[in-house]
Amino acid sequence: MLNDHEVLAKEPFFRITKRAHISNLKSWGIRLIAVVLSLIVCAFVIMAITGENPFNVYLGIIDGAIGKKRRLWVTIRETLTLLIIAVGLTPAFKMRFWNIGAEGQVLMGGLATAAVMIYLGPTLPNGIVLLLVFMASILAGLLWGIMPAYFKSKYNTNETLFTLMLNYVAMQIVTFCIVFWEKPSGSNTVGIINGANEGGWLPKLFGLDYGWSLVIVLLMTVGMYVYMKFSKHGYEIAVVGESQNTARYVGIDVKKVIMRTMMISGGICGLAGAIIVSGASHTISTSTAGGRGFTAIIVAWMSKFNPFVMILVSAFLVFMQQGAIQIASQFGLNENASDIITGIILFFLIGSEFFITYKVERTKAKKEATAK
Amino acid sequence: MKKIIGLLLAMMLVFSGCSKPAETPAATGEDTSSTPAETSTEAPATEDLFKVGVIYIGDENEGYTAAHMDGIKEMKAALGLSDDQVIEKTHIGEDEGCYDAAVDLAEQGCDIIFANSFGHEDYMIQAAKEFPEVQFAHATGFQAAMSGLPNMHNYFTAVYESRYVSGIVAGLKINEMIANGDITADEAKMGYVGAYPYAEVVSGYTSFFLGAKSVCPTVTMEVQYTNSWADMSAENEVATQLISDGAVVISQHADTTGAPTACEEAGVPVVGYNVDMISVAPNAALTSATINWGPYYTYAAKNAMDGTEIATDWCQGYIDGAVGLSPLNDAVIADGTVDAVDAAVTGIKDGSLKVFDTTTFTVGGSSIEDLIANNADFAKYADYVSDGYFHESELISAPAFDLRIDGISELN
Repeated sequence: MLNDHEVLAKEPFFRITKRAHISNLKSWGIRLIAVVLSLIVCAFVIMAITGENPFNVYLGIIDGAIGKKRRLWVTIRETLTLLIIAVGLTPAFKMRFWNIGAEGQVLMGGLATAAVMIYLGPTLPNGIVLLLVFMASILAGLLWGIMPAYFKSKYNTNETLFTLMLNYVAMQIVTFCIVFWEKPSGSNTVGIINGANEGGWLPKLFGLDYGWSLVIVLLMTVGMYVYMKFSKHGYEIAVVGESQNTARYVGIDVKKVIMRTMMISGGICGLAGAIIVSGASHTISTSTAGGRGFTAIIVAWMSKFNPFVMILVSAFLVFMQQGAIQIASQFGLNENASDIITGIILFFLIGSEFFITYKVERTKAKKEATAK
Repeated sequence: MKKIIGLLLAMMLVFSGCSKPAETPAATGEDTSSTPAETSTEAPATEDLFKVGVIYIGDENEGYTAAHMDGIKEMKAALGLSDDQVIEKTHIGEDEGCYDAAVDLAEQGCDIIFANSFGHEDYMIQAAKEFPEVQFAHATGFQAAMSGLPNMHNYFTAVYESRYVSGIVAGLKINEMIANGDITADEAKMGYVGAYPYAEVVSGYTSFFLGAKSVCPTVTMEVQYTNSWADMSAENEVATQLISDGAVVISQHADTTGAPTACEEAGVPVVGYNVDMISVAPNAALTSATINWGPYYTYAAKNAMDGTEIATDWCQGYIDGAVGLSPLNDAVIADGTVDAVDAAVTGIKDGSLKVFDTTTFTVGGSSIEDLIANNADFAKYADYVSDGYFHESELISAPAFDLRIDGISELN
C-alpha cells in the first residue's frame, strides 16, 4: 500500500492510528463496503476465469439458496446446524481453549443418536425415543469434550492436538459401528434409519419439517448469549480466557472452569449431532459432520463470539454453499467456483476489521504530525 | 464516501447493462417459436420441455462418475436434447443432500431423475414417494421392486460379463508366464483389490476369477479390501502387498489408478476397471473391464419421454453394448488373446457361454446345487440357480452373487 522509498525519504502519505471508539453504524458501514467491494472483485474474477456474466452467476447463487420454498428451508436447516456447532464452540474459544474437536463431538452425538434410533426407535414411543436421543447425544458429545479438558487441567496436555486427534478416533468408531448397521452387509451404507415407522425422527412442529430444529437451535443461541453475558460462569470463562493467573488470583478454580466449560461445549456439539441425524439425514456415516465442525470455528471467530452475529455469519456461509450447488449445475462450474467467491468475500470481511480497529488518515491534513 | 458510492453505482450500471443484451435474445426466442422445423431441440417454452436430472456422487475427475457422464452425453446426443434439458448435480453425498437434490430436480420440472451411487437409493425412494409423476432411476440399487413404487427403477450393467472376458485376458497372460518358465503352474496366483465385501464386488471378482480359470485351471486368487471406493494410496498399498504375497496378475474393483501404478513399478500385469489404464501403466496394463451407461440412459430417457414404461430392473451386457473392454494393450497381452476374447464375447452374446456356470466352481468342495438341496443356509439361492448356471442380475438388476467359491481367499 505504501511506497517504501517515500516512507524513508519523507513523512508518509497515510497515518495509521488505533481508533479509540467506533460507532456501530460506522463499523457495520465499513463491513458493508467491504462486502460490496468483494462482490465487485468477484465479478471480475468470474468474468476472467469463466467468461460467465457475473450477475447471472450471483442470481444463480441467490436462486439456488432461496429461490424456491424448499431451497430456502434447506438453507435454513443447514444454517441451523452450522449455528448450533458454532454456539457450542463459543464458550471453549472464549476460554482460549482451542477446541478443534467439534467434528468428533458432533460425530459422537450423531452416532449415539443413530444407536438409540436403531435399537429403541422401532419399539418405544417416539417421545421417549427422542428424549433418549437428546440425552445420549449430549452425553456422547460431553464425553468427547471432557476428555481433553481433563487431561488439559490435570497434566496440561495440548488441547489442540488432543481434540484434533479425537476427531479421528470418533471417525473410526463410526466406521466400526457401521459394520453392524450397514444394509446390505458389506456395503458400508446404513441407509435411512427407521424409514417405515420414523422412530426417533424429529417430528414436524407448526407444520414445519425443521420446526423443532429451529426452536432448539434458537433456544441454544439465546441461552448461550445469556450464559456468556450475564451469568457468573460466563464471567469466569472470560477471565480464564484472558489470563489464567488472574483467574487463580481472584480465586477462580481454573481446572473446574475448564472441565465445566468443555462439558457444555462438547454437549452442545453432541446435540448438534442429534439435530443432524434425527432432524435431517436419518443416517450415519463418517461424513455426517461433513467438515462443519471446522467451518463453525470460522463462524465463531468471525462473529467475535456473539451468538446473534453467528446467525448472520453461518447463514451467509451456508447461503454461498447452497448457491454453489446451483451454479455448479447451471453453468457447469465446479463447486470450487463458489469457494473462490466465498474466499474473496471472507478476505475482504476479515480485512475490513483492520479498518474498524484502525483509522487511516491523509497526513497532509495534519502538518504537525511528524514521522517520529 | 460519496465518491465511492457513485463509483459503485456506475459499475453496477455497467454490469447490469452488459447482462441485459445477453438475456433478451433468449427471451424473445421463446415467444416467436422461431424455427420449429429445424431441430427437435428447440421446444417452445422451457417449462414444458422434457427434462432429465442427474445426481452424481463425484464429478468428471473420478472414473466411475466420468463413465456415467459419458453415458448421459451419449443419451443427450441420441435423443437430441439441448443443454437446458439435462440438469446435472455433482458431488452429492449419500445423505439428506441426495433427497434435497432429487426433490429440487423434480421441482425444476425434470421428468426422469438418475442417481449413480449405491447409498443414494433410500433418498431416491423417499423422493419417488413424494413425486409419483416423476420417474426415478437408481444405479446399483436393489430396492426398486421391493418398494412397490411404479416410478422407482434400478439399473446396472452385466459388468460380470466383461470382467469374465478380462479374466480370460489375465489367464492367458499367466499361461504365457508358465510357458516361459517364469512361474510354475502352482504359482499361478492372482491378486484382487476390492472396495467393500458385498455382492457387487464379490460377483465382480468371482467372474474375473472364473474367466481366468477357464483358460488356466490351476489359478488361485487372493482378495483384499480397501473399504473405500476411491482411495488411491490404499489401493496402491494393497496391490503392493498382494504382489509381495506372490500375485502374478492384479485386478481391481475400486475407482482409482492406485493399483495400476503399483503394478507398473513392480512390473506385474494388471486388469483395470472403468478407465483405460494404459496411460498410467504402459508396460503393465492388459485391459480394463468397462461399463457403458449410454444404452440405459438412452433407453430410460426415451421411454420417459414417450410415456412408455421403464423396466423396474434393467441389466444388460454385451448384447446391448452396455459392457466391454478398453483397448487391449498389445505390448503386454499374450499371443492369441484377441481371438480368445472375440470367441468369449460371441459365446456370451449367443447364450452358449454362461459366466456363472455351476459346473465351473464349487463352494466348500460341493456344487451349489447340492448345497441348495442339503444346506438351509444356501436355500436363499434356490431362485437364482437353474439350468446349470447362476442367474446373475436377472431377478433384480443389482448383483446378487455373494458366494465365496473355492480357489479364492479373502485376506481381510
